Amino acid sequence: MSAHSPIDQIEQPDSFAFDAESEEQIAAILAKYPPERKASGTLPLLYVVQKQMGRQTGSAWVPRVAMDEVARRLDVAPIRVYEVATFYLMFNTKPIGRYHLQVCTTTSCWLRGSDDVVAACKKATGIDGFGQSSADGLFTLTEVECLGACANAPILQIDDDFYEDMDGPRTIELIEALRRGERPTPGPTIDRLNSAPAGGRKTLADSPAEQG
Amino acid sequence: MVKVTVDGIVVDVPNGSSALQACEAAGKEIPRFCFHERLSVAGNCRMCLVQVVRAPKPVASCGFPVAEGMEILTDTEIVRKARRAVMEFLLINHPLDCPICDQGGECDLQDQAFGYGADHSRYQEAKRAVKDKYLGPLVKTVMTRCIQCTRCIRFATEIAGVPELGAVSRGETMEVTNYVEKALTSELSGNLIDICPVGALTSKPYAFTARPWELKRTDSIDVSDAVGANISLHVRGSAVLRAVPRVNDAVNEEWLADKGRFSVDGLKHRRLDRPWVRVHGKLQAVSWQDAFVAIGRRLDGVPGDRIGAIAGDLCDAESLLALKDLMTALGSPNVDCRQDGAEYDMSHRAYYTFGTTIAGIEDADALLIVGAIPRQEAPVLNARIRKRFLSAGRGGFPIGLIGAPTADPTYKAEVLGEGPDVMAALRDGTHPFAETLKAAKKPMIIVGHGALTRPDARAILASTWALAVEAGAIAAGWNGFNILHRAASRVAGLDLGLVPGKGGRSAAGMMSGGVDVLWLLGADEFHTAQIGPQTFVIYQGHHGDAAAARADVILPGATYAEKSGTYVNTEGRVQRSFRAVMPPGDAREDWRILRAFSEVVGHTLPYDTVEVLRERLATVNPVFRVIGGLDAVDVSALPGPAGGGAVSPAPFRPVFDDYYQTDPICRASPTMGECSRIYVHPRTVAAE
Ligand code: SF4
Ligand code: FES
Ligand code: FES
Repeated sequence: MSAHSPIDQIEQPDSFAFDAESEEQIAAILAKYPPERKASGTLPLLYVVQKQMGRQTGSAWVPRVAMDEVARRLDVAPIRVYEVATFYLMFNTKPIGRYHLQVCTTTSCWLRGSDDVVAACKKATGIDGFGQSSADGLFTLTEVECLGACANAPILQIDDDFYEDMDGPRTIELIEALRRGERPTPGPTIDRLNSAPAGGRKTLADSPAEQG
Repeated sequence: MVKVTVDGIVVDVPNGSSALQACEAAGKEIPRFCFHERLSVAGNCRMCLVQVVRAPKPVASCGFPVAEGMEILTDTEIVRKARRAVMEFLLINHPLDCPICDQGGECDLQDQAFGYGADHSRYQEAKRAVKDKYLGPLVKTVMTRCIQCTRCIRFATEIAGVPELGAVSRGETMEVTNYVEKALTSELSGNLIDICPVGALTSKPYAFTARPWELKRTDSIDVSDAVGANISLHVRGSAVLRAVPRVNDAVNEEWLADKGRFSVDGLKHRRLDRPWVRVHGKLQAVSWQDAFVAIGRRLDGVPGDRIGAIAGDLCDAESLLALKDLMTALGSPNVDCRQDGAEYDMSHRAYYTFGTTIAGIEDADALLIVGAIPRQEAPVLNARIRKRFLSAGRGGFPIGLIGAPTADPTYKAEVLGEGPDVMAALRDGTHPFAETLKAAKKPMIIVGHGALTRPDARAILASTWALAVEAGAIAAGWNGFNILHRAASRVAGLDLGLVPGKGGRSAAGMMSGGVDVLWLLGADEFHTAQIGPQTFVIYQGHHGDAAAARADVILPGATYAEKSGTYVNTEGRVQRSFRAVMPPGDAREDWRILRAFSEVVGHTLPYDTVEVLRERLATVNPVFRVIGGLDAVDVSALPGPAGGGAVSPAPFRPVFDDYYQTDPICRASPTMGECSRIYVHPRTVAAE
């Protein structure tokens, strides 16, 4: 788990304003809450910020000025937004690379070879530890806890997408593809549909439904 | 009511009480860190664990509601073990730096460790260290000591109304912080020091000054505003090292404003410690005898009506009365305790006091503030308004404000307008807030000195009373009419009649050449250039402030800390302070100076002891017989203050623009000077 860096050690932009796309999302989000409870919009709005930063700067993070803007929109004290933004690890409170490589190293993934995935990530990006970014600014490597997709372990989450059933070579391939500007389809990287058995169905092969 | 058994003792507690309250009702002390009876319940420290019979494990009593027939055990092996375990966890990350910690000797953690701490540590790993935070010139932080009870966060958010503290990050990396380095913007920030159970938040000016067991404590009254907060002065040797609040639920609960708390270092700077007489334009140190003789000579042949006296804002009732008696003896009707030129109707006490009372604010259901900025003029009283605002819930305590909008009042207030013209609109019902006031069952109106120091003060006062009557704020059993004073001496001055007698001159009249000899009793809050060049000025006071520089004779007096005095707060509550230290050098208690001088001029005042003088106080005004209490007065049949004159539409002005520099003591205080530079004149800091 990476601690949030002290705010004063991060270079912050001077201003932040929501763009049209974000405004549309915000309107939809705020419509869900009664006006006097719009503080509930803190989490979704922070996501909107992070997405917009990703779109605009290639680094999906939440700068302090943006937290202030969220606070202003929601009529809460800025510190209440700082608390939320720093509590949840999915908000990046410092700039990250264009691609956020999040490797699950919890039990199932570890048993199924997450060490190889981590090693491949490091090798392909030149990063030497969790929480760091590659020299070219393209990748940030983060260690995460169980992503709830153990059936497809090991998992490498890139930004919002799960790449499943990874191993070392396929991790390197994936990273190379990203480097070329491609976005391979998320999901299993071996021959299987979702979480179905690899190589086709193994049970209930003689079920009546199948025969009928 | 619910019947609960605590360690075999049966107690009745109100529904919804917590187990902790039930234990207290049974006389059992429960250790706690995060729980504070004036804050919301957080339940995060777990120190208050007790055993509830039939519950599977110990429960945190502060957040556990009682139920009929519940049996609580507070002193079993399970409870002791559980608390010991909690203590061990707390100490894992708490530094063992008590020898260099200012909280030492008054630290809840230290005290509880005495009862529940282990005699050895099983912890081998590295301890957590947290970077200190900047919270301004008053509160020092050593955040590694923080046990994350969140009391400070709740105090700032709930009581002070400045939600600037929070807990960022999570788990082991959680930190209590303001996130963005910036001084706390509260006039109540010093209370964080009291509320922090450990040494994470301590007093910056008092850092490394003394240990609590070295201090002698004296009960006193805060004179930095007219709230009359009950304080305790902590003294070592001849120095007042700090002021801390005493609990008085009727007045300050357990809070103290920053000016009252931190201006004590002004008590030892710029002091007048010997008499001075101006000879050939230069002040010369003289003996008391010579000073008196100099005044006596100058007074010789001056008719009574050419002599006058103005009393300042920090005076005790004893010296006020002695001053007035001296003037009467000299045949002068010129005496005034209103150096700011405020106007009152003194025909009834209800016209110049805070009739709802401070605790009474909690019963009100609507509020109109006219020409006052309670946050600055009476921060502790303002906290009561905020308390009511929060307890009333959304829309339950509508607040209207007439006056130029200033800093956030710490509650939601609608600015109705900037000048008294809004009053007319409220009275004829054309302003929508009139409805709000009328709909309220117990509305209250606060009139401040932004309104009372104007030429049209009388008219405003009369129309405010009329509005109060029309809105139902003046009724049998409810007095919603309030004057918010800002000078600690003012109500006593009015109670004792320190206003010009028949044919007498007001403070302004005396200054502009109306008298030949002017006696200033600690009066400093005006431009000395207003005093006519021919006027002979006697300054009796404790600090070498503006007026002392203008004086022809200086008589060194005592501060509130150096005399036993009687003060009347804005509610009209009479309170008494005690002497914590001796006045410096040749300085003397003020009433004694006046008494001694009266003898020199052959008009000996009839009191040799403070007891006799206090007897006379009570004779002049019986209110001085009751100390501490406040009798309810039925105001419903009063005709209201006399009006007169036209109302000007000019906007109300704040009575001061620098909260930290309002009297001679705080102007002499390095800490208050620092606050003024940081909070009020931040640009000069940046330029330095
Ligand atoms: S600083 Fe003090 S009051 Fe605030 S959370 Fe830490 S221990 Fe509690
Ligand atoms: S352990 Fe990796 S997804 Fe569950
Ligand atoms: S006092 Fe009960 S949990 Fe802290």
